[in-house]
Amino acid sequence: MSQFNFVSDLQNALIMDGETRGPPPRWKKKLEASLNGSASTTRSVLSVSYNTSFSGVQAPAKTPGKSSEGKAKKSTTTPTKTPGGGDRFIPNRAATNFELAHFLVNKESDEENEKATSSNSNESNVQASAHKGERQKLISEVAQIGDSKGGRILCYQNKAPAAPETHTNPLKVVYSIKTPISTKSGSRYIPTTSERILDAPDFINDYYLNLMDWSADNIVAVALGSCVYLWNAQSGNIEQLAEFEEGDYAGSLSWIQEGQILAIGNSTGAVELWDCAKVKRLRVMDGHSARVGSLAWNSFLVSSGSRDGTIVHHDVRSREHKLSSLAGHTQEVCGLKWSTDFKYLASGGNDNLVNVWSAASSGVGTASDPLHKFSDHQAAVRALAWCPWQPSTLASGGGTADRCIKFWNVNNGTLMKSVDSKSQVCSLLFSRHYRELISAHGFANNQLTIWKYPTMVKQADLTGHTSRVLQMAMSPDGSTVISAGADETLRLWNCFAPDPLAAKKSVSNSKVKQSVFRQSIR
Amino acid sequence: MSTAQATKNCITLKGSAQIIVEYLKYGINSILFQRGIYPAEDFDNTQQYGLTILMSKDPKIQTFLQNVLSQTEEWLSKNMINKISMVITNAHTKEVLECWDFKMQAEMGDGDTSDPTKLTATKELSRIQNEIRDVMRQISATVSYLPLLDCICTFDVMIHTLQNTELPAKWDETGAIIIQNSQAVQLRSFSTGLHKVDTVVNYKMTS
Repeated sequence: MSQFNFVSDLQNALIMDGETRGPPPRWKKKLEASLNGSASTTRSVLSVSYNTSFSGVQAPAKTPGKSSEGKAKKSTTTPTKTPGGGDRFIPNRAATNFELAHFLVNKESDEENEKATSSNSNESNVQASAHKGERQKLISEVAQIGDSKGGRILCYQNKAPAAPETHTNPLKVVYSIKTPISTKSGSRYIPTTSERILDAPDFINDYYLNLMDWSADNIVAVALGSCVYLWNAQSGNIEQLAEFEEGDYAGSLSWIQEGQILAIGNSTGAVELWDCAKVKRLRVMDGHSARVGSLAWNSFLVSSGSRDGTIVHHDVRSREHKLSSLAGHTQEVCGLKWSTDFKYLASGGNDNLVNVWSAASSGVGTASDPLHKFSDHQAAVRALAWCPWQPSTLASGGGTADRCIKFWNVNNGTLMKSVDSKSQVCSLLFSRHYRELISAHGFANNQLTIWKYPTMVKQADLTGHTSRVLQMAMSPDGSTVISAGADETLRLWNCFAPDPLAAKKSVSNSKVKQSVFRQSIR
Repeated sequence: MSTAQATKNCITLKGSAQIIVEYLKYGINSILFQRGIYPAEDFDNTQQYGLTILMSKDPKIQTFLQNVLSQTEEWLSKNMINKISMVITNAHTKEVLECWDFKMQAEMGDGDTSDPTKLTATKELSRIQNEIRDVMRQISATVSYLPLLDCICTFDVMIHTLQNTELPAKWDETGAIIIQNSQAVQLRSFSTGLHKVDTVVNYKMTS
């Protein structure tokens, strides 16, 4: 019975431990407030008393075997930094391994019992010796927590070298906010402000979803919260296409090439086909066990990538729509694009992989292995784009931990080029009129960057979004790019206007001023 | 015949130590790259566990890790290690900024346990490697929440052994390290059947 008491005591102690980890206790807040409020003289007095109590009480109790070097360091640090204070000694329960200690106490008695009761002494000896190493280790671990003399901490004498003095952490670009790096002005004029801003309330800020697409009929489909809206880019009319029930939402939108039918992948794992002229749902195709975050059309074939890691090809014409299921990812598929010649399908996933599937093998209905598996990205890959003038070139961009735009030759499966964009890459598009591509980024500048391809010289930074840019789509004439940001706006950028020289010659000045004026009104 | 089949998928203590040391090699190199401790130009791509892992090209770092890990393997195969800590310190002030703990727990395996030195496990290598891959992915994902190491840094590997371990040549005994105002995040674990390895990162909270 006493053992049970001990267990309940132990649990109480652990619960208390959980509480102390939360907000700081009142005495601590008070102490801090008094420290901040009082003059500097009283502050120094307080800190001295605190320092002595700390080294006098806690240090020997917790780490008596600590080297003098460590102690010296502790005394030099400012007391306001370390938790605790006043004249109270608060034992560090987090460092005391109650569970292990309890286990050892029980285990020892168990083993003794075992020895006593066992008729076969040989067997018990064997068992004891088998347990011995483990036990010894556990004991030493416990001892080491309370007293560092219980185990030895060893290190090699010839230390690793420090980084060269000139080195700066490359991650710094991710953390520090800077004004946009000056870009080399190219041969043409690119307006760096958005032409138009649309409000997009409730636009879901999720890196793994694809919530906007621009059709060949010049209609932009966008999912806001649980609804899907259509914005006619010509007339400016807005129409609500679909509304999902509470809790459900559209995870991906994709227009068929011809531009009448919209595929919506929803949060339940189904792919819905909508006729947008009639505002009517045509069919629902299941096939996934989790939400569909990416879609890509290839004439009558719609491919859907899901959180369950599979890609399913649906034949939208036939009753048995599920042609094949590709299992090449172990985590959510967030990027999916058919190549411009529809021979290859590229998929990017949260498992940092880019897979390239060949259409010839995937259309037949057998689950095959990917043609290429690129694992060079160090973060989830969502941004994928195929080069319109080099059908075998694939561009892919990685997330925050990676920040690279990589170019692949899918004919031989090689990495052609890799560029550090210094920010999360959310979307990539190739221009049809210029040998350029545009990339959408997140922190720190939330910009769109236009790059010359293949030199990858920066042409322009288009700034304006106040939060990361999640998705981009191109107008049917290829001149305008629409970007959707987590700041709940859609912005239109007239960055690939086809005939800049003529426009420059005729009404360059007045036109530029007009667009700036229009911008300032909003 | 039956014995031949039984030994097909066998991992001994020695093999288990090898797997873990390999993980440590890739893990430590990945941390060095991901945390930006050394310049990115000093790293090379390698394929391992189905991932691309960046390994340091610096001969000094390579020999350091080679020396440390070969000794680690010897100790691990005798189950003498509690914990291996990779400590990242500011090269100028010597302040400890981050500590990656690889905690080792001995497991009994599932083979014949009559002799503690001849323990075996039958866990498949591909399964172990999949588990390791998941940990490696988590390591590269830590970049998004760990504080920036905005100074010239260096690292060291400390091996927490049993009390009765003999000090080999060129090795020193050192004290425990303390990170002021630290926060710990436990990553996934993996197990070889004979060792369970927990990976924990302790870092200094920036106020």
